[in-house]
Amino acid sequence: MRRPTRTRLSPPIEILAALAIVFFAVPVVGLLQRAPWSDLADDLTDPVVRDALWLSLVCSLGATGLAFVLGLPLAWVLARAHVPGRRVVRALVLLPMVLPPVVGGVALLLAFGRRGLVGQYLDQWFGIRLPFTTGGAILAEAFVAMPFFVIVVEAGLRSLDRRYEDAAATLGARRLTTFRRVVLPLIAPSLVAGAALTWARALGEFGATILFAGNLEGETQTMPLAIFVELQTNLGGAIALSLVLLAVSVVVLVSLRERWFPA
Amino acid sequence: MSLEARVGVELGAFSLDVAVDAAPGETVVLLGPNGAGKTTALRVIAGLLALEVGRVAIDGEVLDEPSSETWIPTERRPIGYVFQDHALFPHLSALDNVAFGLRARGVRRREADRQAQEWLERVGVAGSAQARPRSLSGGQAQRVALARALVLEPRVLLLDEPLAALDATARVDTRRELRRHLDRHAGARVVVTHDPVDAMTLGDRVIVIEAGRMVQAGRLAELRERPRSRYVADLVGVNLYRGTADGPHIRLADGGALVAATDARGDVFAVVHPRAVALHRRAPEGTPRNVLAGMVDHLDVEGDRVRVIVAGAVPVTAEVTPAAVAELELSAGAPVWASIKATEVSVYPA
Repeated sequence: MRRPTRTRLSPPIEILAALAIVFFAVPVVGLLQRAPWSDLADDLTDPVVRDALWLSLVCSLGATGLAFVLGLPLAWVLARAHVPGRRVVRALVLLPMVLPPVVGGVALLLAFGRRGLVGQYLDQWFGIRLPFTTGGAILAEAFVAMPFFVIVVEAGLRSLDRRYEDAAATLGARRLTTFRRVVLPLIAPSLVAGAALTWARALGEFGATILFAGNLEGETQTMPLAIFVELQTNLGGAIALSLVLLAVSVVVLVSLRERWFPA
Repeated sequence: MSLEARVGVELGAFSLDVAVDAAPGETVVLLGPNGAGKTTALRVIAGLLALEVGRVAIDGEVLDEPSSETWIPTERRPIGYVFQDHALFPHLSALDNVAFGLRARGVRRREADRQAQEWLERVGVAGSAQARPRSLSGGQAQRVALARALVLEPRVLLLDEPLAALDATARVDTRRELRRHLDRHAGARVVVTHDPVDAMTLGDRVIVIEAGRMVQAGRLAELRERPRSRYVADLVGVNLYRGTADGPHIRLADGGALVAATDARGDVFAVVHPRAVALHRRAPEGTPRNVLAGMVDHLDVEGDRVRVIVAGAVPVTAEVTPAAVAELELSAGAPVWASIKATEVSVYPA
């Protein structure tokens, strides 16, 4: 017998592994081979598609912004404060990551809908109606995507050497100054990674959005929703939007590769 | 600008209870083995850790006192802290590190930068003002850390193992220079170290801490003459014995006996300097009152001297010349007799 030049596993395992690779690769190839490259510019400037692109940008950035405003303090509390029931809080934060987004949408509707737990008072007292509005779409996306930000930033805060905060205190810096001038710059890589993941997740959000915010063109119809509708009437537009989302995913993956996928 | 602190903290199984006082212009060294609680004491003084029992006050102003529920947070205490490994902010240049405290206290950028630059010049690293900490050498980083603390003119300056992160060469220079900067600082200084040479160079007074308790305090010369624990005796390099004295005779707690020239009674320490111990390959005759039989355990070369550690009923360390080692053919395992004149045994109450 010939000396093996590399490690060989048993042939059935190798065949199954190869099948798995094909399984992942074929859909991407399928999408790319049907891409109407020459008509791409026309497809993307179609009014429905253009509205969806713009709305997706607004909503996903809005959700990412909300993650910064609310998620950063939460990550800080989870990482540093000795709050009772911290494990319960963390579980609550992680829940949207495993919860089917459709269920999230139902839950949001029952909470922030016009007859919802909180929604009825928002309507009565402030005249704020979230369902079937762009604000609602942002809320739905944030609900599903913010956990990514909290988890990544909390991990960043945990791995930060406490001595830098101690040093800042001995130099007369208050907690907020320390947070702004020492902690934030030092966890910048985590903030960027967390924001990128959150943004990518928000961009692709479908289930919670369509349930809570509906599918109103120019109002709540983001890219994934538009793809769903266009698929039946305008295949070219659906494929064009899919390509945009694919491109975004690849860019996020590549830009975070050193952080998440070390060779 | 004086510090007055009685520090009592329980951390799991470890308990710390020490008193640290430092007068203006005085450097007090907390000396002790690793894990003795020295750094914990500093952290309490700085307010990075809260007291459980005791009191921390600077110039009579109470900063932490559980009994009266007084607590001033770290950022409002008039202290400077030089951390072990320096803890310079990695994302800021040397200049911005030094200017950080001034900026946090509301000094305008231009003025803060000017003062920071002045301090970098004073400690001799002005050329690296724009460098990030990671590109500084250990000695440079130490100077920047010192400048960062001193620029705020703290009333009490705390230094945690300020020289531990340096290699041997940088250590000698930096130590001498550090002493110079400390002398120019008007407030009180507290230095934590486990190195007796640092303690000697930097300190006016030494507090020895072992296992969370103060075992001895005083000038280093006093420690050298009258050590009160095995750790201190080893640090200053003398033989320390404990026993019960009855006139000139001392019955040692670990077995054996010594004879001193002076009379004492009761529980005593006896110290013998290794230079006062003579070694012989045959049982000596003559005047020495103490003759201890034993075996050479090992030899330590220290400069132009050799320390011979002798194991026996009464263990003893002798300091002799390399020539004597050669002449007596001393090596590990060789039987040997150590003789000590009674006048060389110094006795003091335990």
